[in-house]
Amino acid sequence: MNKFIPFAIFCAISSALYVGLSLNPSNIPSELINDPVPEFALSEVGSDIASFSSETIATEEDVIIMNFFASWCAPCYVEHPFLMELKNRGYKIYGVAYKDRARNITRFLEEQGNPYDHVGADENGRVGIEFGVYGMPETYIIKNGIIKYKHIGPILEMQFEDEFIPILESARR
Amino acid sequence: MIVELGHFALILACLLSFIQGTFPLYGALKNRGRLMSLSAPAAYGQFFFVAISFFALMYAFIVSDFSVVNVARNSHTLKPLLYKISATWGSHEGSILFWAFVLALYGAMVAYFGRRLPKSFHVTVLAVQAMVGFGFYLFLLLTSNPFERVFPFPMEGNGLNPLLQDPGLAFHPPLLYMGYVGLSVTFSFAVGALIEGRVDAAWARWVRPWTLLAWCFLTAGLSLGSWWAYYELGWGGWWFWDPVENAAFMPWLVATGLLHSAIVVEKRDTLKAWTILLAIIAFSFSLLGTFIVRSGVLTSVHAFATDPERGVFILAFLFLVIGGSLLLFAMRADRLQAGGLFAPVSRESMLVINNLLLSVAALVVLFGTLYPLLRDALTGDKITVGPPFFNMAFGFLMIPLLLVMGLGPSTNWKRADLVGLLGRLKFIMLAALFATIVIFYIADGGEIMAAVWLGLGLWLLLSTLFEWAERVKLFKPGSIARIFRQPRASMGMSFGHLGLAIAVIGISGTSYWNIEHQDIMRYGDSASIGGYEVTFRDTDGIVGPNYTAVKAIFDISRDGKAVTTLEPEARVYMTPPMPTTEAAILSTLSADLFVVIGEANNKEHTEWAVRLYYKPLQIWLWAGVAIMVLGGLISLSDRRFRMGAPTRGYK
Repeated sequence: MNKFIPFAIFCAISSALYVGLSLNPSNIPSELINDPVPEFALSEVGSDIASFSSETIATEEDVIIMNFFASWCAPCYVEHPFLMELKNRGYKIYGVAYKDRARNITRFLEEQGNPYDHVGADENGRVGIEFGVYGMPETYIIKNGIIKYKHIGPILEMQFEDEFIPILESARR
Repeated sequence: MIVELGHFALILACLLSFIQGTFPLYGALKNRGRLMSLSAPAAYGQFFFVAISFFALMYAFIVSDFSVVNVARNSHTLKPLLYKISATWGSHEGSILFWAFVLALYGAMVAYFGRRLPKSFHVTVLAVQAMVGFGFYLFLLLTSNPFERVFPFPMEGNGLNPLLQDPGLAFHPPLLYMGYVGLSVTFSFAVGALIEGRVDAAWARWVRPWTLLAWCFLTAGLSLGSWWAYYELGWGGWWFWDPVENAAFMPWLVATGLLHSAIVVEKRDTLKAWTILLAIIAFSFSLLGTFIVRSGVLTSVHAFATDPERGVFILAFLFLVIGGSLLLFAMRADRLQAGGLFAPVSRESMLVINNLLLSVAALVVLFGTLYPLLRDALTGDKITVGPPFFNMAFGFLMIPLLLVMGLGPSTNWKRADLVGLLGRLKFIMLAALFATIVIFYIADGGEIMAAVWLGLGLWLLLSTLFEWAERVKLFKPGSIARIFRQPRASMGMSFGHLGLAIAVIGISGTSYWNIEHQDIMRYGDSASIGGYEVTFRDTDGIVGPNYTAVKAIFDISRDGKAVTTLEPEARVYMTPPMPTTEAAILSTLSADLFVVIGEANNKEHTEWAVRLYYKPLQIWLWAGVAIMVLGGLISLSDRRFRMGAPTRGYK
């Protein structure tokens, strides 16, 4: 047996690991990219008034951001300031309150600020299933009812200016 | 103040590890007695300071000192004391500090218990141990300082992931780390032997207790983690082939192989290079496990701390330690002359087969764990390798392993008679076959693989008992005395194999005969599962120290007689806000009944999603693993490993 074989195998594994370090494991491709949004209709949190639906989204001329969130989701608290920043920059954000009660959502938005133009209540999580939501939070960039981009997990500082804003802007064009 | 003291002590421990890793080693090479005598005191001092450091951090957690970043991120004043303490090793920084602490603890133990070892060898082993420790101290001080302060400090902490707030998980990481890090001793012994260029029976005898100790901790840690997943995650599974589980399982497989090959080195003075290689690989898997958990290179439900920069540091460190030792192995392995020869059918051959199968199994698990990463790196495809791959590939390797395990202990050293052996054991085979058929008949059939695993489990159970009965000459005069006069190592082996047999039987039951029942239930509704009648009585709101919960009450009856009530909970923790399930389990020798309450299905909260699982022989799995650990401990108490036993054959 050649005594260098274990060393060679180890070198191969560690170079693969090195490459792996630069990959983002939460970057999971979505089947929905460049497809129209799944059909859904939501009512505004805490009421029976229609909020927004796949139809109203399809009529939007400008790019919109659709954000699944919940008051029970810890990373959503981390993400929240970035959504506020997006609102300040004039983007339209639709929120989907995933599996959460109206009372908790209202309190969450009172405490943290409300970046959303509409907040639809997805209390039983059906819309989440339609979108194939992996985990909270999840963010979609939509133009003319077509999904352009999907981000799983919170939008964080390092991605915000370098990744998220450019994608938003290129989708807008 | 105490926090700064901890930080300072950590720096001192780092410096001492550097001293311990260099000067005495130079002294050993140049034969300078005074330099060599630095070694043991440095090991004790290093342990003393890292212990101060570790307990300083624990103190910061206990008093909730949120000016420490690590405490603010991972603790909360409302958390029960036990979880404040366990949060010390629950965070990334804390767990690495704990790793360094255990490493130094083992170093001090080697310094003390190994004091009768030949001086230069003792010094070399301690130097290797210290060099590994030095890497961890640097990692802590440069990239993951647990004592970092923050100003202005927050009034309240972020809390700890509620899934981790569980007694099972408070103790699971320490046990696992004792196992992981315990393999460092074996590693240091192996590298020391390569540096000195000699391996013999005495070497194997020194290494074995450390391997056994690490193996016992690993086994206990793994099973505690598995048990936690079983009752806390609430879907009734106990093993998921998750990358982090695999990371702990691979060193276990290799350590198990190492335990067996070290016997061959000790008794027959052969398989030396192989044993050294296994010792290096076992610890390499421990380090790789740390890398996988701490770098975020793989997606996993366990990836509690992920940070690419730390990943690069750990990878560089891995490359130095593992790459260096494998290179040393490549250059020095030829010096390790094989001793005793053996025939193709012999105890040695059986142990070689055991080693090959366990190593290939570890490779299969490694491949399955890293394959998605390799694919992603080479082609950009995102795939996952799931349980079907592991169950098939791993299971396929375990079938011959369990068959050979039944034969091995009854086989003679050097040369054995296969025909005679099979003749002696043929009644055992027939009995296992017959028992399998009977159980299949009682269970009213099942999948063919269920029969295979049940049959293998019974075969191992019966053949282990048979070998034991032959060895103690059961039913002949004096057999009672002989039972207790067996060498502890042999007793340990019997227990270890028996435990595995029982666990395999349990696995076949819970994997192939389980029943699952999901339903929306109203108050008063009943469901029947596995002969039990489960009636949904009521729900109740409760408030815990840092959570609120819905408690459901189920009346369980069997054949019209009330058995017990089960009260599963659906909890919502406050900080961080997160829902968890607390399953309620009725365990009996024949099966577990497992009840989980989900969400309310209507606004009035009178209809609830309920999941029921019936898991036959589940408790056999836990009992089997416990017996395996017991076997390891019995073997550890063998008198030839006891301190002060003569160390003949070296120098």
